[in-house]
Amino acid sequence: MATSSAKEASFSPYEDNGGTNLAIAGQDYCVIASDTRQSRGYNINTRFAPKTFKLSDKTVLSTAGCQPDGNMVVTRIKQHMESYKHAHNKEMSTPAVGQLLSTMLYMKRFFPYYSFNILGGLDKEGKGCIYSYDAIGSAERVPCLASGSAAALVQPFLDNQVRNCNQVGKPRIMAASPVSHLSLDQAIKITKDAFTSATERDIYTGDNLQIFIVTRDGVEEQVHPLKRD
Amino acid sequence: MAARIDLPAGGFSFDLAKRNAALEAQGATAPKATKTGTTIVGLVFKDGIVLGADTRATEGPIVADKNCEKIHYIAPNIYCCGAGTAADTEFTTHMISSKMDLHRLTTGRDSRVVTAMTLLKQYLFRYQGHISAALVLGGFDVTGPHLYTIYPHGSTDKLPYVTMGSGSLAAMSVFEAGWSRDMERQAAIDLVKDAIEAGIFNDLGSGSNVDVCVIEKNHVDYLRNYARPNERAQKEQQYRFAPGTTAVLKASVRNLVDVVEGDAMDITS
Repeated sequence: MATSSAKEASFSPYEDNGGTNLAIAGQDYCVIASDTRQSRGYNINTRFAPKTFKLSDKTVLSTAGCQPDGNMVVTRIKQHMESYKHAHNKEMSTPAVGQLLSTMLYMKRFFPYYSFNILGGLDKEGKGCIYSYDAIGSAERVPCLASGSAAALVQPFLDNQVRNCNQVGKPRIMAASPVSHLSLDQAIKITKDAFTSATERDIYTGDNLQIFIVTRDGVEEQVHPLKRD
Repeated sequence: MAARIDLPAGGFSFDLAKRNAALEAQGATAPKATKTGTTIVGLVFKDGIVLGADTRATEGPIVADKNCEKIHYIAPNIYCCGAGTAADTEFTTHMISSKMDLHRLTTGRDSRVVTAMTLLKQYLFRYQGHISAALVLGGFDVTGPHLYTIYPHGSTDKLPYVTMGSGSLAAMSVFEAGWSRDMERQAAIDLVKDAIEAGIFNDLGSGSNVDVCVIEKNHVDYLRNYARPNERAQKEQQYRFAPGTTAVLKASVRNLVDVVEGDAMDITS
C-alpha cells in the first residue's frame, strides 16, 4: 500500500528590495545617503521610498535589504530610544544606539532581520561616527561605508577617495581615529559622484538621492534627482 | 593523390558537454552569459514597419553595456530585434542573414520576410528552446509589409503590433492605448519611442537609449539612438591622479639584447 509522504509547505519570508546606502564620517560632521528606489525583481515598486531615517538630532540610521525588516528595525530602535529618554532624562548618544542596534540584531540570530544597516552621527566628542553591521549584529566603527545592492561598486571608490588607499603621499586614516580628513563639501561631492556612478551600472539603484548631513547644528536633509532608467 | 582534408562539420561543438556536466556535479559553476533584459517592439503603419529597441545589456544586476545594438540586419529590406541571451540573438540573426544572402544570389529575387521567419523558427525549434532568442522580425517585401514575433521554442505570431523581452508588458500597454490602423509615419515612430521609453523607465532590465528602424517600400531608415533620454549628469569632481601616486614596490631592469660592437648587418652583395 502506498503511504503518503510528508509535505512541507514552502515559505520564503525574505525579499531583496535593492537600493544602496553610503556614509562618510568627518572631524565634525557625518554624511549618510541613500537612493530611494524600491524594487522587486525587474519591477520598481516606488521611486521614493526613504531608507534612511533621522533618529535624533545627532543620529541617523539607514537600512538596505528587505524593506519591511528595515522598517521594523527602525521602529524598534525608536521605541527603545523613547523609553531611554523617559528613564534617563536625556537623549541616547550615537555610540549607545550603536551598541543597542548590535544587541537587537543578535537577539534574532536564528531568524535574522534581512537588513544591512549603517548607523551614522556624532559621538560624545562631536566627531563623525559610523557603525557598520552585518544582518546579525557584528558591529565595527569605520570612517566610511557602503551597503546594499551597489556596495561592491561604491566601497572601493570610498576606500580610495576617503581613506586614501593605494595613494602614495596622501594621509592615511589611523585606526584609533576613524574619521576622514575630507571637508564636508568634499564629502558631499564624493557622495553625489558615488551615487550617479552606481546608478549607471547597478540596475537596482536610481530615482532619487537622499543625503542626511549631521553636524552639531542638527540634521539637514537634501534630495537630488538620479537617473530613472 | 590529393591530400585529404577533413573540414570540421558545421554547427555547435558538444565536445566538452560531458566534461562540464562532471565538473558541475563536483560543484563548479558555468560562466554566466550576457542577457539583454530588453524591451523590443514593432508595429505596422500605413507605409511599412517600425521596429524599436532599448540599448541596455545586463549580467545579473550589473549593466554590461549601456549602448548596445539590438536591431539586427537580416536583408536590405528586413531587420530583426533580439531579446534573450545576447550571443544567441546575435549569432542566430547573423546566420540567417547569411542564408538570406545566399538565397538571394541563387534565386536572383529580393528576400521575403516569410522566408527569414521560417528559417528562424525551424532553427530555434530544432534546439528545443536552448537557444534563448526571442525575436521581433519585420520587413517589406514584394507582398507588402510583414511583422512577426518568434519565440525561443520556435512558435511564431503575425500581428500588427508586437512587443518582446522583460519590458514587453510596459511597452504593450502603450501600444494598446495608442495604436491604430494606417498610422502616419511620424505618429508611428513616436508611438514606438513611447513604448520603448515605457520599458526603459519601468523595467529594470531595460534602459539607456531608443533605437528605431523604419522599413518602407524600397527604403530603410535605421535611426540609431533616435532618443537619448538618459544622459549622464556632469560629475562633481575630476578624478586625476598625480604621477607617482601608485607605489613602486620593486624595480628591475634587464638587458634582453646584448649589442656587440661590429655586429652590423652584412650588406655586401
